[in-house]
Amino acid sequence: MRHIISLLMENESGALSRVAGLFSARAYNIESLTVAPTEDATLSRMTIVTRGSDDVIEQITKQLNKLIDVVKVIDLSEGGHIERELMLVKVRAEGELREEMKRMSDIFRGRIIDVTDKTYTIELTGAGYKLDAFLEALDKDAILETVRTGASGIGRGDRILKV
Amino acid sequence: MELTGAEIVVRCLAEEGVEFVFGYPGGAVLNIYDEIYKQSKFKHVLVRHEQAAVHAADGYARASGRVGVALVTSGPGATNAVTGIATAYMDSIPMVVISGQVPTPAIGMDAFQEVDMVGITRPCVKHNFLVKDAKDIAVTLKKAFYIASTGRPGPVVVDIPKDVTQLKAEFDYPKSVKLRSYNPTTKGHTGQIKRAVQMLLEAKRPMIYTGGGAVQSNAAAELTQLVRLLGFPCTSTLMGLGGYPATDPQFLGMLGMHGTYEANMAMQHSDVLVAVGARFDDRVIGNPEHFEQGGRKIIHIDIDPASIAKRVKVDVPIVGNVRDVLKEMIKLIQASKERPEPSALKTWWTQIELWRAQNPLRYDHDSELIKPQYVIEKMYEITKGDAIVCSDVGQHQMWAAQFYKFDKPRRWINSGGLGTMGFGMPAAMGAQLANPGGTVACVTGEGSIQMNIQELSTCKQFNLPLKIILLNNRYLGMVRQWQEFFYGERYSQSYMEALPDFIKLAEAYGHVGMTIEKPGDVEGALKEAFGPSLKERLVFMNFITDQTENVFPMIPAGKGLNEMILV
Ligand SMILES: Cc1ncc(C[n+]2csc(CCOP(=O)(O)OP(=O)(O)O)c2C)c(N)n1
Repeated sequence: MRHIISLLMENESGALSRVAGLFSARAYNIESLTVAPTEDATLSRMTIVTRGSDDVIEQITKQLNKLIDVVKVIDLSEGGHIERELMLVKVRAEGELREEMKRMSDIFRGRIIDVTDKTYTIELTGAGYKLDAFLEALDKDAILETVRTGASGIGRGDRILKV
Repeated sequence: MELTGAEIVVRCLAEEGVEFVFGYPGGAVLNIYDEIYKQSKFKHVLVRHEQAAVHAADGYARASGRVGVALVTSGPGATNAVTGIATAYMDSIPMVVISGQVPTPAIGMDAFQEVDMVGITRPCVKHNFLVKDAKDIAVTLKKAFYIASTGRPGPVVVDIPKDVTQLKAEFDYPKSVKLRSYNPTTKGHTGQIKRAVQMLLEAKRPMIYTGGGAVQSNAAAELTQLVRLLGFPCTSTLMGLGGYPATDPQFLGMLGMHGTYEANMAMQHSDVLVAVGARFDDRVIGNPEHFEQGGRKIIHIDIDPASIAKRVKVDVPIVGNVRDVLKEMIKLIQASKERPEPSALKTWWTQIELWRAQNPLRYDHDSELIKPQYVIEKMYEITKGDAIVCSDVGQHQMWAAQFYKFDKPRRWINSGGLGTMGFGMPAAMGAQLANPGGTVACVTGEGSIQMNIQELSTCKQFNLPLKIILLNNRYLGMVRQWQEFFYGERYSQSYMEALPDFIKLAEAYGHVGMTIEKPGDVEGALKEAFGPSLKERLVFMNFITDQTENVFPMIPAGKGLNEMILV
């Protein structure tokens, strides 16, 4: 099962490598990992998307909690949550494609943020599957470059991860 | 008061009440060594290889229950220490390792003797720090000692660049530290403990299985009280030996790959199993799928939540300090009128005694050759079971575990988790320093002892009168055994040729050497070595043993507990 795990950790040098190292050393799967400081500069917030059986996910959360720098861990997928990812896609935009790309971007609620006479760069946010769907919908040959941030997640309503 | 970083390091160690620092100097730690020269609060033990410094700190920690301290220089000093650190990590030993680092401006420049110590040790430490400012040294060392010794203990590395040891800062050693990200649970959940007790009182085929956690949390007295109160059988892992008295009839001996038949069979056939500071390791339960077919209920007490439900499913998890949890259980049982059903227990014990009667630990007593088991048995008798026995890794380790009956904790010191050859003698040095005047033996093989043989020199310098029991089979015996059983007797690279003359070697280092070739000479030689005339001397005893002896019983890797090879 796909799980989205959120954690707060001390914003120390090397903190990221402790988490990344844990996943590789114990052969856990990482689909994506994002990290940045929070409004409290001493804390970093990390979102990890992983896959595994319930037993493996339980071990992952326990092992993360065991890292000395980790302050709090939650498995967002255990309750209501929102997941967003940002993607930038550079596409061919010549001839017929120019109109087509604009239309696709509109349908998926993307924004064109850079334009040349041959290319568009489209910005798109949403859950991972929506970004996948957008890429699926485009003609493969039209895609020049894609950049994705990996998912960030937050609990719905009163579900708050805070120190 | 302003002090240099190096002065601060030394002051912190003194404040922590450190008795011994095991170390080896070099460029990056010269400032620290200069301060060590000027102080008298703790003693520095100069080893002959950094791996030995860490093993010695480890042996000291295991024998005393205190935090072991090692000090090494940057680069090769640091990398030499890594095997020792990983060894301590696998066995959850409280330890602080201070490593020198190149000056901060040189970090990342591929400077002379630079290595990313924090990066290299990250997967084999409980935590590590790089100190970038002299004012952070004191608080970092305080945190290091706190982290190393609380919760599930483990090694902590503090990497200090040379310039940081030179710069000055205000010194104020904190009395305590709090970390918002680290709050180990110590008290077990009362509801879970009640459930566990109920389950125990209703058990028909109960079993208590204890590990290193029971020794480390100093829970031997409570464990013994609980087991006797309930009248249950008890077994122990390699790491837990001494946690429950081995000579007690309720003790079934060690379990696992080379455990007793009765312990493994009782594990497999129990209906309620309590794991006390043990972690269902692969050398203990073999194949977890096979183990789970037993369908027993499992109560697991451990300080580390990540150890629970890692390899087997658990019915009642109890996260907490083993000793405190056992105390609570005892209280509840004493307060309860219920007792385990005597007739069921009686039937269970009858079955266990039948298993016990198989006695697969027997060996040939009439051999013309010295049987290694016999040496250990005699050593047990002559030391009255009261020696601290440190072991290396191999067949000799298993025989020591099987044939020396440990009645007290912290008497059996070995590398269980990592299985590090070369651990024995340096660990024995640490154990001897923790127990001046005590009897410390090192059981070893001719392969293992040669991995840190240079420490004979350290033993001379610091007058450490170890008794080295070399069970010399001229083979990397454990490797030979696997090759005999599983590789068609193709003894690839497991014969040790060109062994040194161990008597001359011992004498060259200033010690007493003996070679014993006949069974009839074993007892006399041991009596002499452990006797008053050689009390102050290191005695290196080279026992020429039966080359083809194997460790039995044995559960082949990946098999189930009741799939043992007996003899
Ligand atoms: C550092 C290290 N290298 C290799 C091994 C693999 N190994 C395990 S037991 C063993 C043989 C040990 O031989 P010896 O010390 O002579 O003891 P014996 O088994 O003969 O009693 C070896 C090579 C190990 N455990 N540690």
